[in-house]
Amino acid sequence: MESFVNRYRNLTILLLVIFAQFLLLAVQVKNEQDVRIIRVWTVTAVTPFARVVELLRGGSVGFIRNYILLHDEDAENRRLRDELGHLKLENVFLKNELNTAERGKALSVFQARTPSKTLAATVIGTGAGSNAKVVYVDAGSARGVERGMAVVTPDGIVGKVIAAYPTASEILLATDSDFAAGVVSQDGAVRGTLKGQGTPLLKVDYVPIQEKVQPGQWFYTSGDDRIFPRGFPVGIVRSVRDAQPFKEILVDPAGLQHGLEDVLIITQGVHQDIPPTPVADQPVYIAPPPPDESKPASLAPAGTPAPVTDADKLRLEYQAAGEAQKHKFGSGESGPPDFTKLPTTLPPPTPPAPVAPAPAGSKPAAAAPTQTTDSSRHSNQANGEPAGSKKQ
Amino acid sequence: MAYSSGRMLLSQSDGPVTRFRAWVFIVIPLLAILFQVYVPLFFPVLSFVEMPLLVVVYLSLTQRNQVGGVFTGALIGLAQDSLSKNPLGMFGICKTLVGYFAASVGVHFNVDNTFIRLLLSFFFYFFHQCLYWVMQRMLLAQQPPFDVQSWLLFGALNAVVGVSLFHFLDKLRAAA
Repeated sequence: MESFVNRYRNLTILLLVIFAQFLLLAVQVKNEQDVRIIRVWTVTAVTPFARVVELLRGGSVGFIRNYILLHDEDAENRRLRDELGHLKLENVFLKNELNTAERGKALSVFQARTPSKTLAATVIGTGAGSNAKVVYVDAGSARGVERGMAVVTPDGIVGKVIAAYPTASEILLATDSDFAAGVVSQDGAVRGTLKGQGTPLLKVDYVPIQEKVQPGQWFYTSGDDRIFPRGFPVGIVRSVRDAQPFKEILVDPAGLQHGLEDVLIITQGVHQDIPPTPVADQPVYIAPPPPDESKPASLAPAGTPAPVTDADKLRLEYQAAGEAQKHKFGSGESGPPDFTKLPTTLPPPTPPAPVAPAPAGSKPAAAAPTQTTDSSRHSNQANGEPAGSKKQ
Repeated sequence: MAYSSGRMLLSQSDGPVTRFRAWVFIVIPLLAILFQVYVPLFFPVLSFVEMPLLVVVYLSLTQRNQVGGVFTGALIGLAQDSLSKNPLGMFGICKTLVGYFAASVGVHFNVDNTFIRLLLSFFFYFFHQCLYWVMQRMLLAQQPPFDVQSWLLFGALNAVVGVSLFHFLDKLRAAA
């Protein structure tokens, strides 16, 4: 080093003098940000080294942390992975339990509502044949199941028992080509025979072409087949085609739409009416009718509720005529009043009581806003689902 | 003159080392700086003369000592900076480099040759101006004009002045 300095003594001195003057300049001069050049140079000269040092430090620390101190992390990862797997399995198990509980609740509700005696059963297997639409359930002859019994779900019919073993039963599904059942349209106007086709859709056969059937219409069991009691939903019409000699009606089976896990075997069927309107379930507010200005209101006696229907008004008129003739209704002491002399005016009716929504199922007052109840069956049917169906 | 003024190139040991009396190294630079400060006030036409630069070139060339040239240039330059509005170091750095290179040239060339003196004066003036322009841009963030034509013209004039000055300063030499 000393020889190097001696050899380049002149150049070294030149550089030192120049450097000293540069420092002198840098101390005096400021850049456009009003920062002295010496500070800029210093920071510029130091920061790369600082960056390199920090890079080395961070790399070293990272290396130590990631590769030297993490020798236990692999085991920890394996343990966490196993725990995650167990939690996933537990989650699936709990979901299945929840689904089972919901299905059981739906079945129990349906069992309590339907007049037929039913036996709950769980599907435990399917038929071995690829074309056979049969399933096995865990209820057999030991529990009272007999061959020929109908099998339903809250959504609709499923099939019928074709073999009853002591601990299990074999059920022919409605989609099997050997299945048949008597059906009737919701309005009762169209009757036919439901047949399985081996496809997801069922066929309603023997419906004359002059009958009116529209897609979206519902079919119910007619009870004619002596298997299914009358009134169980079958399915919704998906397509209608005129063919010779009968219509070709395809029905989407309601009971098989949401999978098949739990079913009800009807051990003692009771025929039900086909619901013409939805069953009362949800309260629907109906406002009172507007006052009929063409009829005088003075004929109604005081304290009587305002007439709502024409029959109410007519009854009030006759009641007023009887009272005008001093007739006492129900006593039988005098002869019938002369109804040819009807008063021209009705007594003023009492104002209607404040409207309060009646609870579901309660009878509404005549003059009060009518609270009728709608059913989930109605809403379900409006949505294209069977009456009384409950989505799983 | 102890050596032939007809030879232009010298070996490292050729040529005598010119010696000056000590006061020369103080008075001459001071006079040069005073000239640079006062003369343009009264004779603006002479403002092109870069007297301190010519003194640095002369002293460095004749000393044939690079370290001496460095310090001569640095001191005269800093003195010039201290009397100007520039930050200290601008002329100092330029003249330091001029002194160093001039001394380096003096080692290899016969600087008593008039033509060499003319050429070196012109060259070092131009080098000085270029270096100063670069430092103005790089260090002071200024945008001075790159006026090459003026530099060439004033370089030539300074070269002429320099040859005359050098002839005068030769009288102050004290032969070894």
